[in-house]
Amino acid sequence: MAVLLLVFGYGTYRLVTEATERKGRGVGLQNVRIVLDDPLFRSAIGHNLRLLLALPILTALALLVAILLNEALRGWRVHRFAVFLPYVLPIPVVGVIFSQVLTLHGVLNQGLDAIGLGGLSEDWLGQPRWALSAVGAVIVWKELGFGVVLFLSRLLSLPADVFEAARVDGAGFWRLHTKITLPLLRPIIAFYLVIEGITLVSWVFNYVFTLTRGGPADATQVAETYIYSTATTYNAPSLAASAACVLMVGVFAMMVAFTIARARLAEDDR
Amino acid sequence: MRRPRLTTSISQVLLWLFTLAALVPVYVMVSASLRTQSDFLNHPFGLPLAPSLTSFRTALNDQFPRWLFNSLVLSGGSVLVTLAFASLAAWGFARHRFRGRETLLNVIVALMVVPPVVLVVPLFLLGVQLDLINTFRLVIVIYVGLMLPFSIYMLTAYFRTVPSALLDAAIVDGATEVQVFRRIVLPLSKAPLLTLLVVNLLWVWNELLIALVFLQSDDSRTLMAGLTAFQNRYNLDIPVVMAGLTLATLPIFILYLFGQRYFMRGLVAGAIKGE
Repeated sequence: MAVLLLVFGYGTYRLVTEATERKGRGVGLQNVRIVLDDPLFRSAIGHNLRLLLALPILTALALLVAILLNEALRGWRVHRFAVFLPYVLPIPVVGVIFSQVLTLHGVLNQGLDAIGLGGLSEDWLGQPRWALSAVGAVIVWKELGFGVVLFLSRLLSLPADVFEAARVDGAGFWRLHTKITLPLLRPIIAFYLVIEGITLVSWVFNYVFTLTRGGPADATQVAETYIYSTATTYNAPSLAASAACVLMVGVFAMMVAFTIARARLAEDDR
Repeated sequence: MRRPRLTTSISQVLLWLFTLAALVPVYVMVSASLRTQSDFLNHPFGLPLAPSLTSFRTALNDQFPRWLFNSLVLSGGSVLVTLAFASLAAWGFARHRFRGRETLLNVIVALMVVPPVVLVVPLFLLGVQLDLINTFRLVIVIYVGLMLPFSIYMLTAYFRTVPSALLDAAIVDGATEVQVFRRIVLPLSKAPLLTLLVVNLLWVWNELLIALVFLQSDDSRTLMAGLTAFQNRYNLDIPVVMAGLTLATLPIFILYLFGQRYFMRGLVAGAIKGE
């Protein structure tokens, strides 16, 4: 009986997966070529790749905060609560708040003004030069908490005497963490890189849509918004579907590459 | 503990900086929502010295309650269905041997990385064919489909840790399989079920893309899709927009306040497979 229901639960799932397969067929590969030749699609993919540059920053910051929290004697629960809060907030809410914070007269520029750096003020999201970086910064702001909680939970489960021993031997902050903490955390860091890498390539729709809708002048157009606007605004679902297939293949290729890289790493350990 | 003063204070300062950075945008939202339009324009980011609820009233008089209701129905419905399916499926994976079990489980795990945007086009065409656009039924099915992989994966891992001696003993005592499942396994699994409940609720509540595409009529919008419409409708009256955002965040915030443990545990549980 359990098996029967299992099959039923599966039915809903089949529905979803089969619908994916249906699209490429009957249209041939011509659509894919059109999409690949579209300069807008290429620049969208380029933007996704540029967003990937946020990945090392995000990971380094998360590691730093996790290590600080792990060593803090007082109040680390308060900080953890605060740092994790952005991760829980709805992305549309975050997007709308930041589209206010980052305007010409928003909080950020007023803050810059207050510390005498008013000259640096920009319309962060309204300028093609800065918009993509601003979107990246907002993503870092929101995703940071996930990494912190992940790394911290691993740090807390490590035996404290390893650190004590190293400290007694005279290891400073930098040496202690590069020689001991990082190698111990390597598997979980790898996992975090994979998850956030996938996020930055194929789950940024919510951010971009609420912050800039792909503008100004397509400066923040990413693969997902391209698919969305091709399907809705330009009413070309088959082209959108081809673009979706390209994205899907890309994501799976990334997964495979990561898996192979991790297997290699694991072998090196032996 | 012998630790240099300097490092400790530097790290305290750094921590407070991060905490502050995390909280400032939230403060901006709440403080703006508590003020009137003119007050906001005069000094946008000071403390709300004379809090006013005008903005909240405007927001609530719009279609806000309707959207809130939609979001509640959608998230409640789809999460409950997901938990029911996932626990039954996970039970099958954990307790019964059948051909291709491991392969099937691996396929499910792989499905976790499929970006939803890929599914939007084919499912939308299907929805048009079946005349199910703007209905909750289709959207709930999609949400359930998207939540199942992670839920099944996590519950299977948990069910496998339930000692089979316990279950076999119950069967020897004459319990049926269904009874074992309902009386023994489910009560033992309260923690992972609660974790899944919280994590999934959060996800559906915050979901935008599918809500935007499949629920286009004003009456069927979800809160998140409604908020983006709100942003356009009141783009000159920031306090009203912020009041809307505050209202939309409140349920999540309350959930987070009381269920912080489950949020964090859910995320870490998802990470175990990565190692």
